[in-house]
Amino acid sequence: MNINTTKIISLLFFIFSAFYLYTAYQIQVFAFDENAPFNARTFPIYLGYTGLFISGLKIILPEPNTIKVDHKNLEYKKTVILIVIAIIYGATILKVGYFLTTSLFLFSSYYFLGERRWVLMFLLSFPFVAAFMYLLHGVLDIYLRDPFLKSIGVMG
Amino acid sequence: MIEGILIGLTTALTLQNILMVMVGCFFGTIIGMLPGLGPMTAIALMIPITYGFDPATGLILMAGVYYGAVFGGSTSSILLNAPGVPGTVATSFDGYPMAQQGKAGKALAIAAWSSFAGGTLSAIYLLFMAPSLSKVSLSFRSPDYFALMILGLTAIAAFSSKGQFLKAMMMVVLGLMLASVGQDSLSDITRFTFDNMNLTDGISFVLVVMATFAMSEALTIILKRNDPTSAAKQVSLTELGSIKINKEERTKMYKTIPRSSIIGFLIGVLPGAGATIASFLAYGMERNVVNDEEKEKFGKGSVNGLSAPETANNAACSGSFVPMLTLGIPGSGTTAVMLGALLGFGVQPGPRLYMTNPEIFWSIIMSMYIGMVILLILNLPLIPYIARILAVPKNYLIPLILFFSVTGIYVMSFNNFDIYLMIGIAVVATFLRLYDFPMPPLILAFVLGGLMEENLRRSLLLSNGSWEFLWDRALTACILLTTILIVIWHVYKTMFKKTKN
Repeated sequence: MNINTTKIISLLFFIFSAFYLYTAYQIQVFAFDENAPFNARTFPIYLGYTGLFISGLKIILPEPNTIKVDHKNLEYKKTVILIVIAIIYGATILKVGYFLTTSLFLFSSYYFLGERRWVLMFLLSFPFVAAFMYLLHGVLDIYLRDPFLKSIGVMG
Repeated sequence: MIEGILIGLTTALTLQNILMVMVGCFFGTIIGMLPGLGPMTAIALMIPITYGFDPATGLILMAGVYYGAVFGGSTSSILLNAPGVPGTVATSFDGYPMAQQGKAGKALAIAAWSSFAGGTLSAIYLLFMAPSLSKVSLSFRSPDYFALMILGLTAIAAFSSKGQFLKAMMMVVLGLMLASVGQDSLSDITRFTFDNMNLTDGISFVLVVMATFAMSEALTIILKRNDPTSAAKQVSLTELGSIKINKEERTKMYKTIPRSSIIGFLIGVLPGAGATIASFLAYGMERNVVNDEEKEKFGKGSVNGLSAPETANNAACSGSFVPMLTLGIPGSGTTAVMLGALLGFGVQPGPRLYMTNPEIFWSIIMSMYIGMVILLILNLPLIPYIARILAVPKNYLIPLILFFSVTGIYVMSFNNFDIYLMIGIAVVATFLRLYDFPMPPLILAFVLGGLMEENLRRSLLLSNGSWEFLWDRALTACILLTTILIVIWHVYKTMFKKTKN
């Protein structure tokens, strides 16, 4: 099962390299560059072939060390939840703004990881983000667009 | 050289830069101490902050973080038997047994003094070696650089892969493929962008580092939090015992430190080798050099066994700066991250850095030494307090790492495409890590991708499309021969191991 997973990854890499190589051949170059010793597609083409060669070897050759991954002990549920929270964060940050989304991102991450000390969770999210935002916006002069704070009149 | 040292001292000894070394050492120690988080993550998290400073200050901060993180890694090796980085694995062989015997404070002090001595001696070696190598490397041409990059990538794949050379080589190719996304540097033709405007400028280096290290490490920690193989806390973090080293122990260290520092530095200079090999070699050599009575103590809390890898580990860190500063080719994953940051500052490392930006060149070297001093002053008395950081609950630690990663990327680009891309790369990297696909080769390849293509372009254009440039010059041929020897040695080693089994 585990040996197969490494082989499957190698196979996926082989397919990826084939796709990369196909795309490399599709790169449009200038007409006068077409037969030049080196153009925009030369290096990617070499890379594509190298990828095919190495992943092909990995698929064919026997596995020297078996990697044992005990999936029963892996915390997939919480990992997926955190990834989903990060995706929601990415989807909302431009519309809602840095302060609210980042604070909620931190607060919900603490919650889903099993934390229940509410005061500490609050302190390490909303005031923490406010302080960090002040550092970026106020001290380092990095502009952070924030429609939410603008709507309540905190930011100009 | 004296003039250079003075320039370096003047730059490094400004109030701002001393403060940066202190801040870097402090945060580096804290980040490096947390199991799973190494110098690369520590430096990656610092990159967005450094862009607000001038190149010398930014690099001084990163050098401080680097040393701090290496020292921090030793602390978790000694106290938890959970090395933060592979370079401190050998430290745990004798450091952890010593801590179990109630001498955790002493073990940490030996590690701190050995790191200091190793770092100091190697900073001196660097001081003399870097300028001369800079002059030699001026004679390097494009084919030599191209060959040298192939050597660097092959070497890092061979040394960082724990017997999985092909896996590491796949990561090298993946890194080069990621680097090829975006506009071609000469013709401005877009490649692999799939008509997405966000990819026209290519994938940001900081994004790749954050995704493959900071974010993927945070995800790996959550994923493996129930893993019974994770180290249990068997050493008390509040009662570490005395940090005093007695005369007998000092005498042992006096002999160990010089030889281990030389090994560490020389291994560090070699492309791809780095701190891990240096520390293991120094440990092995020390075991062969000491008398039989001392040899018996190895693995049970030997002073020599702890001092040797710690010295070599730090010496290798300084050594790995040599190829980066003089040739513009990083010797390790960590220096690859620093090279990427340098390029971000608009500074091109290489032989000309020594002449065009002497203040950067020398201030990095001088700040290394200052960093060592500060690390010792800061960390030795603070050891009992710093050790308590190891007790920070992961429920807070992981979201904060994710927060710094995501914010670092958002602040640089202000678009959410980069956040999605980072999450995607981090998920793939986490999965690959589970199956022992090493990430440092990917980063090194990503950093070198553009330079490699540029040098290959020049070489092929000059030789009118012929690959003869690979053996036309003796230097190029020698470098390529070394690469071939590394591959043959690696294949032989793997086959020999199999036959033996």
